[in-house]
Amino acid sequence: MRMSLRIAFMATAVAMVALASSASAEDAAGARDPWPDLAHSIFKDRPLLDGSGLIALEMPYRAEDAAIVPLTFRSMLPADDARRLQAVTLVIDENPSPVAAVFTFGSKAGVSAISTRLRVDSYTNVHAVAELSDGKLYMVKTYVKAAGGCSAPAAKDASEAQANLGEMRFRQFAPEGEASAGAPRAAQIMIRHPNNSGLQMDQVTHLYVPAFFIDDLKIWQGDELVLAMDGGISISENPSIRFTYMPNGAASFRARAADIDKHVFKGEWPAAGM
Amino acid sequence: MFVQCSLMFAKDRYATNLLRSVRSVRASVHRWMLLYCIAVAVVFVQAAAQLLSAADAVPPLAVSEVAPGVFVHFGAIALMDRDNEGAIANIGFVVGSNSVAVIDTGGSVREGRGLLAAIRAHTNKPIGYVINTHMHPDHVFGNAAFENMGAEFVGHKNLPRALATHGPYYLANFRAFLGDALMADVKIVAPTQTIADTLDIDLGDRPLTLTAWPTAHSDNDLTVLDHRSGTLFAGDLLFVRHVPVIDGSLKGWLKVLDALAQVPAQRVVPGHGPLVTQWLQGLADERRYLDCLASDLRVAIKRGIQMTTAVKAACAAESERWELFDAYNARNATAAFAELEWE
Repeated sequence: MRMSLRIAFMATAVAMVALASSASAEDAAGARDPWPDLAHSIFKDRPLLDGSGLIALEMPYRAEDAAIVPLTFRSMLPADDARRLQAVTLVIDENPSPVAAVFTFGSKAGVSAISTRLRVDSYTNVHAVAELSDGKLYMVKTYVKAAGGCSAPAAKDASEAQANLGEMRFRQFAPEGEASAGAPRAAQIMIRHPNNSGLQMDQVTHLYVPAFFIDDLKIWQGDELVLAMDGGISISENPSIRFTYMPNGAASFRARAADIDKHVFKGEWPAAGM
Repeated sequence: MFVQCSLMFAKDRYATNLLRSVRSVRASVHRWMLLYCIAVAVVFVQAAAQLLSAADAVPPLAVSEVAPGVFVHFGAIALMDRDNEGAIANIGFVVGSNSVAVIDTGGSVREGRGLLAAIRAHTNKPIGYVINTHMHPDHVFGNAAFENMGAEFVGHKNLPRALATHGPYYLANFRAFLGDALMADVKIVAPTQTIADTLDIDLGDRPLTLTAWPTAHSDNDLTVLDHRSGTLFAGDLLFVRHVPVIDGSLKGWLKVLDALAQVPAQRVVPGHGPLVTQWLQGLADERRYLDCLASDLRVAIKRGIQMTTAVKAACAAESERWELFDAYNARNATAAFAELEWE
């Protein structure tokens, strides 16, 4: 599973480079929609069903800061629906490496929403493709206008993230309104990491900033997996993931993150008695 | 004109064939016509050359002499676009008895050439230094206008990395704001000399101190102090009227403001906005905005409010006090939220 996802990231990056090299011819005839090729390379020939009403993708219409564009994905499956959210793939069509992340969810975790922050290079469609437990893929999309001004999808303080590499924070949020036994909770994991894209090479400065990012993150509630993320270079510096879950009575949460240089970062936090 | 001339020749040849008897007369007319056409052609070529060089030689940028030998072009308080030709930052130069230091080069090579023309309107001394106060396009896109004239390009130690990570994106995306014509000659010019803390240079009876700051507006902010006039070029560590823009660290910037207040400046050229003579007041205004943003966001973060919601409401209290507030406040709040969340 992991290897195949890594290959998918690389394949889409290569595909985009190939697309970019033929872009000048396309520009004259109007912008080419990269989605059909992307969908084919990521999901092969599996049909992508309309996910409207089942899942939702929320992003600001205009990116304020190209380096930190918030995204929330929600599942809106009714409580009595037998299907369960198994995985979601986030694709930023026009980014150099379009597959931003693939999240898979524990079968008993009850994750219905995740929020993270992404780098957005230019005007782009963003697709979320969810796999439900019926084995089918459901797709929704939104459009994001690129940030203006001098904002760029790169590190704000490249030394700071490096100096505190791997530092983790875990927050648990009190439920909104009256807490009830069967209500979902929300928590957030944050990891200090520059998450360098590695696509930045400058002919003049002769500086090459190598790719260096969190590609594997898992969070458990007790021994049960809550979520796993296969991350790519479009996840912002200092990755942050906020998610909902159903409490299972476990005493603690654990997290394990690994970057592409095989650094492993671990954390454990007591479950708050909220 | 050339077409007209060749038609006259054709008619002339025809006439010469028919009227051989008056050949000698016609020959002299012919010679006269030839001279006339050559003269017209010369005038035409000269006019064309003048037109071409007019497109090439940019008129001098309007500069104010804010202190003897210290010149500033004050940029428009606006976003970079075709109409303002990217000329939105304050850029300038200091003239010593031996050489000139340029402080930022503007938002296009055209603006950089305008600055060069303004320098040449005041002095023929060589340009010894081109100092970039930080990585942003409105400050460095004019660098190419000063290449190959022997000047040292000076910047913060983090500037090369910042240009490497941000530069390609700026080159690609600013085409949409500035258009192909203004972007044509823009390129990333890396510093030939970098500064980790401070550097003293002398332009000839004109010592300057260059200071590299910890992460604040960006992670590569540099200021230039001209000791003779007490003029500080603050770069984007100081915004006046134009809402401050955070592309580094809000907390870092607040710390740097404390240190900046110790700089004995008679007058300060902010990165954006008019000349400042009340230095501490300028810093206080900026601090008030940054503090407002920080305190609003800290409350939101403590309450567990999501970034998307929090950035919309942050620091509305300052909205009437700054220009371009709507263009930058939510962006500032986004960057600050991600930073303050770690507290």
